[in-house]
Amino acid sequence: MYAVQMRGITKRFGFVLANDKIDFELIQGEVHALLGENGAGKTTLMRILYGLYHEDDGEILINGVPSRINSPKDAISKGIGMVSQHFTLVSPLTVAENIVLGFNPGLRLNPRSIEEKVKKASDRFGVVVNPSALVRHLSVGERQRVEILKALYRNINVLILDEPTAVLVPQEVDILFETLSRLRNEGLSVIFISHKLNEVMTISDRITVLRDGRCVGTVSKTDSSEADLARMMVGRETFGITRKDEECTGKPVLQVMNISAFGSKGLVALRDISITVCENEILGLAGVSGNGQAELAKVLSGLLKPSKGQVLLGDKEISRSSPAELTSFGVGRIPEDRHEGLVGELTVEENLALETLDEFTHYGTVDWKMVRANALGLISQYQIKANPMDATRKLSGGNMQKLILARALSRKPKLVIAAQPTRGLDVGATEYVRNRLLEEKKNGAAVLLISEDLEEILSLSDRIAVMFEGRIVGILNAKNATEEELGLLMSGAKEMINEV
Amino acid sequence: MKFKFRIERTPSPLWMIALLPVFAVVITFIISMLILQIAKANPFEAFYYILISPLSSRTSALEVLVKATPLILTSSAVTLAFASGYWNIGAEGQFFAGAITAAFLGTQVGGLPSYLAIPTMFVGAFIAGMIWAFIPAWLKVKMNVDEVVTTLLMNYVILFFLSFLLNGPWRDPVSGWPQSPTIADSAVLPKLLERSRLHLGFIVAILAIIFVWFILSRTSLGLRMRAVGRGKDAARFMGVNIGQTLFLTALISGGIAGLAGVTEVAGIHFHITDAISDGFGYTGIIGATLGNLNPFGAGLAAIFLGLIATGAQSVSRSMNLPVYLGNVVQALLLLVTLSIILMRNYSIKRVT
Repeated sequence: MYAVQMRGITKRFGFVLANDKIDFELIQGEVHALLGENGAGKTTLMRILYGLYHEDDGEILINGVPSRINSPKDAISKGIGMVSQHFTLVSPLTVAENIVLGFNPGLRLNPRSIEEKVKKASDRFGVVVNPSALVRHLSVGERQRVEILKALYRNINVLILDEPTAVLVPQEVDILFETLSRLRNEGLSVIFISHKLNEVMTISDRITVLRDGRCVGTVSKTDSSEADLARMMVGRETFGITRKDEECTGKPVLQVMNISAFGSKGLVALRDISITVCENEILGLAGVSGNGQAELAKVLSGLLKPSKGQVLLGDKEISRSSPAELTSFGVGRIPEDRHEGLVGELTVEENLALETLDEFTHYGTVDWKMVRANALGLISQYQIKANPMDATRKLSGGNMQKLILARALSRKPKLVIAAQPTRGLDVGATEYVRNRLLEEKKNGAAVLLISEDLEEILSLSDRIAVMFEGRIVGILNAKNATEEELGLLMSGAKEMINEV
Repeated sequence: MKFKFRIERTPSPLWMIALLPVFAVVITFIISMLILQIAKANPFEAFYYILISPLSSRTSALEVLVKATPLILTSSAVTLAFASGYWNIGAEGQFFAGAITAAFLGTQVGGLPSYLAIPTMFVGAFIAGMIWAFIPAWLKVKMNVDEVVTTLLMNYVILFFLSFLLNGPWRDPVSGWPQSPTIADSAVLPKLLERSRLHLGFIVAILAIIFVWFILSRTSLGLRMRAVGRGKDAARFMGVNIGQTLFLTALISGGIAGLAGVTEVAGIHFHITDAISDGFGYTGIIGATLGNLNPFGAGLAAIFLGLIATGAQSVSRSMNLPVYLGNVVQALLLLVTLSIILMRNYSIKRVT
């Protein structure tokens, strides 16, 4: 008996074919994983099922009946609920209020009676929540349980979970999986979107693998292995390579030693990171967005204090240095978000001077002639299309990035931290930025290039480190690295095992 | 043929910006006509008394500047704070801190010549304003407590403290009025012109404008302040010490607001009562906003505010209207001007 059948689902966004004739069948009472790399089309497919998108072509059958799903409300009335990656809870309200929100008949809202109802539902489904707690006091894992209960409260029999473990700590993952298997045993059908092989193998009964918007196949857990799934996901044979991490040969400039740090949501973002970048070297740091690269860049830019570990610049410990100190030590920093590196409302010359303002100051007053001369010099040297007095926010993205580059590189830094340096730039500007980084390397600097663009990583780096879930899962020589191999490491499908 | 219009967030053309105050007056005029009709007053006459009559004689024109003096100081204080992204709503309390200090020092400096007595009061009031600004600033920098709330609440604290002084140690022993003793003659701010109340405080206020302008656009502290005010994250990335910058901002802003206390105590009243402020600190927020957080703009705005405050009084007196009606028109004019001024960041475009 199929709870859901999706046949030949096709969805385009402009020129991008997000879903290409995908077939997907969900059996009543199974946990069915939807596996694929980022951008494989998993979330799109599920958003179609939940009525957030409409398919361009194909048909959907719910319990064998052809159905058209126009909105999430429609989906819920047909028994389909979804918990997305970004929670949709109102944080100043209580758990009970959130759960009945939009699903409470009549005008009156009696706090006691809804709390009772929610308590009952919580007991019945075995999803533990405190109905009277305020959502803003809850941890991420607890919020997720509220989202799940909110869906169950609407009498659904199909539950879609979009990367539910991405935001959880390991203990919370265990609790989630327990809850899911119990709900399955009570007849609920679950669709579990993930790109993590180990989780998929733990929780699901059957697995459908998507790649580049196409369905690669559906397998049952019992007759497949992680390696099979990885092959289906990436599209080629993979080998568990055992070899030593590549080490650099020059004089080490940056040594990151066992750094751990918490991210903005209080979750562990970095776990025991160790990397070294040497003189005349570009170390590329690859990884899918959200695996800790942004936090590492922040630690190395003086914006985030690590909870443990050391960072050495030469032989100076800098893990607790302020941004101003880092600049004076010779660290050139290019932030992930251009707008985080420039004050848009200030002028070009002011932004170019701020980082080293003391050099432009005599007895507390700014030497504006010097500021102007500095700006004019950098503008011509870095071919920035702007005047010193222009408001920075009026510049194009490429020119803003050149501004940051000029500021960071003009001081001949020993170390360059470049986070997503070409994101959102046009071809010309991208080319320019890449050449500048290569030039820095040639002039002896150590460059840490953090990028999600694999082509960029492969074409610029001497060595490549890959991050996954806050850890370094491998460091390879760029000469031997391939996009496929990096992709596998980035998806957590394999980890390099170091020979001792 | 159909025209569609769209409002865009781009600065208005210059001629439009120049015309905005005129629009404000016209719109206020139309709205207040209704109110004035109810009071059976001629709106044209009322507007003459509010906007023109104060400027028509030397005496009343100088009175506008007298009224504007404390407002120039509080507006400059708030301008400095807001330009640096520190939302100081406490200029009123800092004003009182300065006024209390001036009233106290004013009675103690009788033995000193004026050229020592007066600077003593100004320095004392500046420090008092800084001290009163210190607590919210410290809470903001150390514990990230919202300064909007703390600076506002500090205003009430000092009002109660003043009330205690006036009903306790400072109560006039003869009359029993809650009013501090009169300050020494040497502490009285000298008049600038014959037959007017315009006093030295006005010069201090003008200097304060220049001081704020100098800090913001000529010093490295000022550039850091503006960076923090316009983009805190980017400023932090560029190595600006956010806490230290906000802290200095708060103290300097508080000090300038404290100076306004001296001009009122030593320039106008020669003692302090709990009614000494006509909401100068709060009006300073309006002045700073009207002046687009530019110190010179804030100065002009403060003079405009002084004008309509004078005008509101004169309209009540001359037309025999309730004082409140003058205040209503004054408030209306402010409200409309503030909304209209916002329009300078937008332009209306025809969609083709």
